Amino acid sequence: MNAKGSAGALSAPGILFAVLGLAAMLAPFMTLAANRIVAGDAIVAWRLAEPGVTLPGLLSLAAGLALGLLAAWPRIRMAGAALGLAGLFWLLMAGTPNLLAGAGEYARVSPAAGFWCLLAVFILLMSDALGNLAPGPLARAALLIAALAALTLVLWSGALSDLSIMQEYAGRKPAFIDAFVRHLGLAFGSLAIAGVIGFPLGILCHSRAQLRGAILPVLSFLQTIPSLAMFGLMIPILGWVGETVPGAQSIGIAGIGFAPAFLALVFYSLLPVVGNTVAGLSAAPPAAIEAARGMGMTQRQRLLRVELPLGLPVILTGVRIVLVQNIGLAVIAGLIGGGGFGTFVFQGLNQTATDLILLGALPTVMLALVAAIAMDILVDLVRTTPEATA
Amino acid sequence: MIEIDKITRLYNGVPAVDAVTMTIETGTVTVIVGTSGSGKTTLLRMINRLEEPSSGEVRINGESTLTIKPHILRRRIGYAIQGHGLFPHHTVARNIGAVPELLNWSADKISARVDELLTLFSMEPETFRNRYPGELSGGQQQRVGVARALASRPDLLLMDEPFGALDPVIRTRAQDDLRRIQKQLGSTIILVTHDMEEAIRLADRVAVMDSGQLVQHGTPAEIITRPATEFVADMVGRVERPLRLLSLVPVSELVEEGVAEGEALPVEASLRDALSACLWTGRAAVPVEQDGVLVGRVTFEAIRARARARAHP
Ligand SMILES: Nc1ncnc2c1ncn2[C@@H]1O[C@H](COP(=O)(O)OP(=O)(O)OP(=O)(O)O)[C@@H](O)[C@H]1O
Ligand SMILES: [Mg+2]
Repeated sequence: MNAKGSAGALSAPGILFAVLGLAAMLAPFMTLAANRIVAGDAIVAWRLAEPGVTLPGLLSLAAGLALGLLAAWPRIRMAGAALGLAGLFWLLMAGTPNLLAGAGEYARVSPAAGFWCLLAVFILLMSDALGNLAPGPLARAALLIAALAALTLVLWSGALSDLSIMQEYAGRKPAFIDAFVRHLGLAFGSLAIAGVIGFPLGILCHSRAQLRGAILPVLSFLQTIPSLAMFGLMIPILGWVGETVPGAQSIGIAGIGFAPAFLALVFYSLLPVVGNTVAGLSAAPPAAIEAARGMGMTQRQRLLRVELPLGLPVILTGVRIVLVQNIGLAVIAGLIGGGGFGTFVFQGLNQTATDLILLGALPTVMLALVAAIAMDILVDLVRTTPEATA
Repeated sequence: MIEIDKITRLYNGVPAVDAVTMTIETGTVTVIVGTSGSGKTTLLRMINRLEEPSSGEVRINGESTLTIKPHILRRRIGYAIQGHGLFPHHTVARNIGAVPELLNWSADKISARVDELLTLFSMEPETFRNRYPGELSGGQQQRVGVARALASRPDLLLMDEPFGALDPVIRTRAQDDLRRIQKQLGSTIILVTHDMEEAIRLADRVAVMDSGQLVQHGTPAEIITRPATEFVADMVGRVERPLRLLSLVPVSELVEEGVAEGEALPVEASLRDALSACLWTGRAAVPVEQDGVLVGRVTFEAIRARARARAHP
């Protein structure tokens, strides 16, 4: 690749993506296994089906990578990423039935390293192009919805339902939905409780320096406890509470299950919520606070009219941290019977069934990603002050 | 009337303001001057209780400020903070309307007042009303800060270096505007500056502060002709004393019959302006006009005589 001569026109990340993408195109795209446990045979992209079927997919991958090189036109790079993603799914949808045909009743096909690498490359290309385009919060929201709609459409169409991971799903629909609801319950519920405790605590800490000095170190300490240890610690504590406090067991408080996982997540959430509330509230320029006092605002009015609105982006950033963190950490709940996607991950680990692990891991990653993007959009929307503040 | 009664503020045992006593008549402009760190801001902030005095008290129309809840007291007193202190997340209009909003004025009344004030400070309301402070120049921010302090037409106005960030042209205009508004409304203004020129221009009474103490409180002429201490004399600037004195007297006081060559001066101009015109063009007299009509002249000789008379009364 002659990058030197035309470095001005070629995007540096684009070159990297093209090199990685081309290499990934040579790697196995899918695997075909006799059943869900054994290792399968690797199959490269152009062997997935008839050349007439794979060629359009391969061409759009190559075209997507090539378009990604054009530094000057982020829109075209964006289109290249979309084209590449379409090519990926085309190959996946074309390869699955073709490989399965005549391969036996228990045969499984799943995406392999090549697919995952290309997926990562095109997503990175897309976010790089988006970074250059710098769309407003509403445009980003529209893009997010469009992407989710496209994904839903692909899954709904049934074109991928013969994939191994989708077969794992098909066998566990009710369990999957239950895990999904539990996972959301763990992540959002613990965030809500942390908010109910953390926001007032943050506001108190903001106005009282001594309280701040006492509370923040404790919360920092909680944050440093390794997650497995924290979940483990909850077991004897809540087990004891469940046995000694009358009525506790009847509302679900026991050593294992939802309650200890939930409590552990609440503990992890407190520092980001309280810390960012304190930081956000003290982000207001001191002169503006003085002016607010000088014109006769009460402490409450200062809080509501000056400190909170100016600190809201920072406070919401704390919420974003907690949400993404909790969606990830909630996986560990699966280990102590708390439910959520972690259940599949740990079952899969026990059975060495990769697809089952993926059935837990992929939705978790998706959920975290969507939550992060949605929260970023929200943070941008509440940022009422223009960038330049003197 | 505002009575500041032996007010002291200690920081770690060191007085920032040391037993200051001073009486301010209603409807006058008092300018507090002093070097940096002399306690001007601290003194000003004790009047609206942003800073609580370590001892002593302030009485407004005989009523001790200690008997009023601080936030209620502050709503009655306009305050322009040193370095504007605008709310970055509110538009210019909301910033200016902040105190009227606290006082529950109607929206119509507030927006009319905002436009009035913007116009007064030579900022086109259409252009500036919906801007954010971050989209203004430093001088514009400062004018909005002053407009905010004036918004509810308070009887008492505290201003901490309100014109510090303005260029000389705008600064002079803003000073004239302030003086005009003050005369119109009869408000009492206490203004802090470290610029003696500004003090003499604006003040009915000048209060000079040095290391927390009030070293002199008097009319500009008194401060110039009879400085109480070496420090005050230095603040006034010895060589500039005659010129500062002349700047206090309008040309109208020395107008006499007769004609003179060259460009005319308006009657509101000061004797300092007239002297400057004489020196610059080498004339022995300059014509004086009122509303574009010649009303006489002022002579170099008369200015000289007047300067001596004022310096050694
Ligand atoms: N919060 C505080 N804590 C300790 N010392 C203070 C505090 N505020 C002011 N001081 C001290 O009090 C003295 C007077 O300060 P002040 O702000 O009143 O000065 P100033 O005359 O307004 O100065 P400038 O012209 O620089 O604004 C200074 O020596 C300052 O360091
Ligand atoms: Mg000051």
